[in-house]
Amino acid sequence: MDDKSEMMQFLGINSLDDLFKDIPEEVKIDKLNIPEGIDEQTLRTEARNILAKNKSFFDMPSFLGAGVYNHYIPAGVYAIASRSEFYTAYTPYQPEISQGMLQTLFEYQSYIAELTGLDAANASMYDHSTALGEAARMAHSINEKMEILIPKNLQWQKKSVLWNYIKGLGMKIIEYDYDKKTGKIDLEDLKNKINNNTAAVYAENPNFFGVIDENVLKIRELGKFIFIAGINPISLGILKSPGDYGADIAIGEGQIIGNPMNFGGPLLGIFATKMEYVRKMPGRIIGMSKDRNGKRAFVMTLQTREQHIRRARATSNICSNEALCAVFSASYLSFLGKSGLRRLAEINMQRANDVREKILSINGFKNAHESLHFNEFAIILPKSEIDIHKHLLSRNVHGGYLLNTWNKNAFPELGNAMLFNVTEVHSDKDVEKLLNALKEVQ
Amino acid sequence: MFHQAVWDEKLIIEKSGKRTLKLPFENVEFKMKIPEDLARKDLNINDNEEYEVIRHYVRLSQMNYGVDLNTYPLGSCTMKYNPKISEEIVSMDQVKYIHPLQDESTVQGSLQIMYELQEFLKEIGGMDAVTLQPVAGADGEFTGLLLVRAYHENRMDFKRTEIIVPDSAHGTNPASSTMAGFTTIEIKSNENGMVDLDALEAALSDKTAAFMITNPNTLGIFEENILKIAKMVHEKGALLYYDGANLNGIMGKTTPGKMGFDIVHFNLHKTFATPHGGGGPGAGPVGVKKKLEEFLPVPVIGFDGKKYFFDYNIKNSIGKITGFYGNFAVLVRAWAYIKLKGGSGLKEVTEMAVLNTNYLRKKLQGYYDLPYKELRKHEVVFSGTNFKQYGIKTLDIAKRMLDYGLHAPTIYFPLIVEEALMMEPTETESKENLDKFAEIMIRIASEAKENPELLKNAPQNTAVGKIDEVEAARNPVLSWKMIKK
Repeated sequence: MDDKSEMMQFLGINSLDDLFKDIPEEVKIDKLNIPEGIDEQTLRTEARNILAKNKSFFDMPSFLGAGVYNHYIPAGVYAIASRSEFYTAYTPYQPEISQGMLQTLFEYQSYIAELTGLDAANASMYDHSTALGEAARMAHSINEKMEILIPKNLQWQKKSVLWNYIKGLGMKIIEYDYDKKTGKIDLEDLKNKINNNTAAVYAENPNFFGVIDENVLKIRELGKFIFIAGINPISLGILKSPGDYGADIAIGEGQIIGNPMNFGGPLLGIFATKMEYVRKMPGRIIGMSKDRNGKRAFVMTLQTREQHIRRARATSNICSNEALCAVFSASYLSFLGKSGLRRLAEINMQRANDVREKILSINGFKNAHESLHFNEFAIILPKSEIDIHKHLLSRNVHGGYLLNTWNKNAFPELGNAMLFNVTEVHSDKDVEKLLNALKEVQ
Repeated sequence: MFHQAVWDEKLIIEKSGKRTLKLPFENVEFKMKIPEDLARKDLNINDNEEYEVIRHYVRLSQMNYGVDLNTYPLGSCTMKYNPKISEEIVSMDQVKYIHPLQDESTVQGSLQIMYELQEFLKEIGGMDAVTLQPVAGADGEFTGLLLVRAYHENRMDFKRTEIIVPDSAHGTNPASSTMAGFTTIEIKSNENGMVDLDALEAALSDKTAAFMITNPNTLGIFEENILKIAKMVHEKGALLYYDGANLNGIMGKTTPGKMGFDIVHFNLHKTFATPHGGGGPGAGPVGVKKKLEEFLPVPVIGFDGKKYFFDYNIKNSIGKITGFYGNFAVLVRAWAYIKLKGGSGLKEVTEMAVLNTNYLRKKLQGYYDLPYKELRKHEVVFSGTNFKQYGIKTLDIAKRMLDYGLHAPTIYFPLIVEEALMMEPTETESKENLDKFAEIMIRIASEAKENPELLKNAPQNTAVGKIDEVEAARNPVLSWKMIKK
């Protein structure tokens, strides 16, 4: 007798249907209308054939950024994240048998705390956008105020996600302006919009235009609101940490540090705060403790904030998060170390500015913002965004982000403009390809 | 006898070495000038040799437990085997090195997979439309509840501020309800562990926005009155929400749509065999009936017969839930799993999952208390109350299991079962494994009586012993920066 029959006999049933007799006949179905299963080799071939219709960065260099960034990922990062002891684990509910994941996540939190200059980070949010939503909710739960101020030049996706996160609280989003010439925060406008009901001010450095904005240093002195700083973690190799300029919460996109782009997911929401607000923080948090023998050990902690304990009164509903992406990031930062992160930040800033100058030397392409840039920069185009985009595609190079076409025409002062992103992965040859194609449209 | 590796591995900050990794453009000259007051002064992280970093994390991995090592019976988590072909597919450049904002013409492969997955999930859920954007089960709940809100508000019905959930619900249900701006009304389960129809009737009103349940419920019991429940909810003008965490118990046997649900979220990292990554990433797509389609997040993936495209043309869309289109690499794995299984294969998955659960249930009955009825679907919840007389709690049983190289079940959940032990073996455990598992559980039951100290002192065979969780919460040390203080 085979196993299945033995088990059925043990249960005293003749048919597997007996196990489903509690499902009312009226709701039963005969079958799922999905094609029959295929073998692994057939799937391998089919998946390859379908995915061959995609053009990867190696098939066609791309200068897209705007939220997701292509950086060099050491092979070792993949080797570590491919350990199935890590990737086939569940959330470490039994800490004694899950020390590997817990220590790795503790190291991730520690790296983020160092980079952001804040005391503690959580073990991950979904992405930068949802981290913003959670940060706004957290600010409200700290000071019970109702308005969040955000930069007018924030990507529309982030605005939309933010709105979904706070509308249930009845909070309001108020946009403050930027200086059209420099792309930096209009401090005067921001100051005028801060009032007694301001729960939080959100500001990014570098901002959506890739502009490095020293005005973030002046935000703290504008009032007592919760200051949420948006950061690029690589830039923090050379830029002052948000903790050092008075931020209460720092958020950012962790995909940048060691995670592949994956067509936009999974990403990794960075979230860090000061100790005084830790108990208001959403997400899993790993703490250091001791085992019964006094040996150092790690464990999920402050769980009374979370949904499985606090239910309707939890700080957030988050349960599954992006833990494995945090493993990618922790190992990535370990490979780079202090010297590597600093150097990488310099390389990124330098490369982007070199390419920017080269594009500006082409007739008809104009500078959008007179500022220093990190990775990204906006260029005013001599022809329509779409035409140039299509022309570049015809030359098998993907241009940057179409600042008006793809962002709800939010930047009329720029007209036709493209936001280019340059990192250390763009070879001289890739850049050459872009420049040659741009020269053809001048 | 099992023993986990013990490496006494330091924190990476406590090691230091020299960076051996070479960056692209490593030697480019840095000529930019950062304003003095915006420049970073210090950064407390260390340089390391590549090989030392590899050793560090490989050692740590050896002190971690995954489903690739042994049975992982966490209830409601559906820890089944994750096919390796999925890992191979997502390691391709055409998955990893694709930017989400690329021109549609350059991502037809991605869009095709997403479109096909939408179609599969529609069929499995009995729904009319699907969004792949939510990235976790709780994110799917949040999305679904925002859809509930949009639906009622669109009908100019602004008084529906309440979400009803049973007291056996996953904690994410009430938490998501709060996030979406609702008040949660919790109703008691009846003596059979099912929805108490009188309590439901009493809770329902013209303020009810939706009733959220999972079926089978968290006890693994199928809600036999589901059609009546659907009728009661709909008659009050409210919607019925399906928490898909327990879908492994009904696939191919019925669908949420058939049962009368209006909204369903799928946990791809449970039912569809995508690895859980030690806490994530997951994926929580949401399916809806026709009347809710106009509110879905943008974009959904469309197909015009020739080309796949992003469809942003959704009349009353709630906008964005996450930055882009969802956890694509997770979606690809779920697509691959469904391709491997096919329609009848998915049905067999459920049949075997339910057979395994009931087999294990019967094996352990008599040794552990079984509250409520016998027949279960994908999971079974025992109670450890019969060991109280020996001073043994469920926690002690769980820790003793670790000593045998098994992961513990979900414990102390659902809340309606005292000293709960919630087990979900899944379909990917052989009879041999289940027998071995049962044998160990039975041995632990007799240890509890004969030698309770063994349980109280457990675990002994893991990398560390029992951890002081109270101290961790009382004096939080959450980063290495805080160790120094």
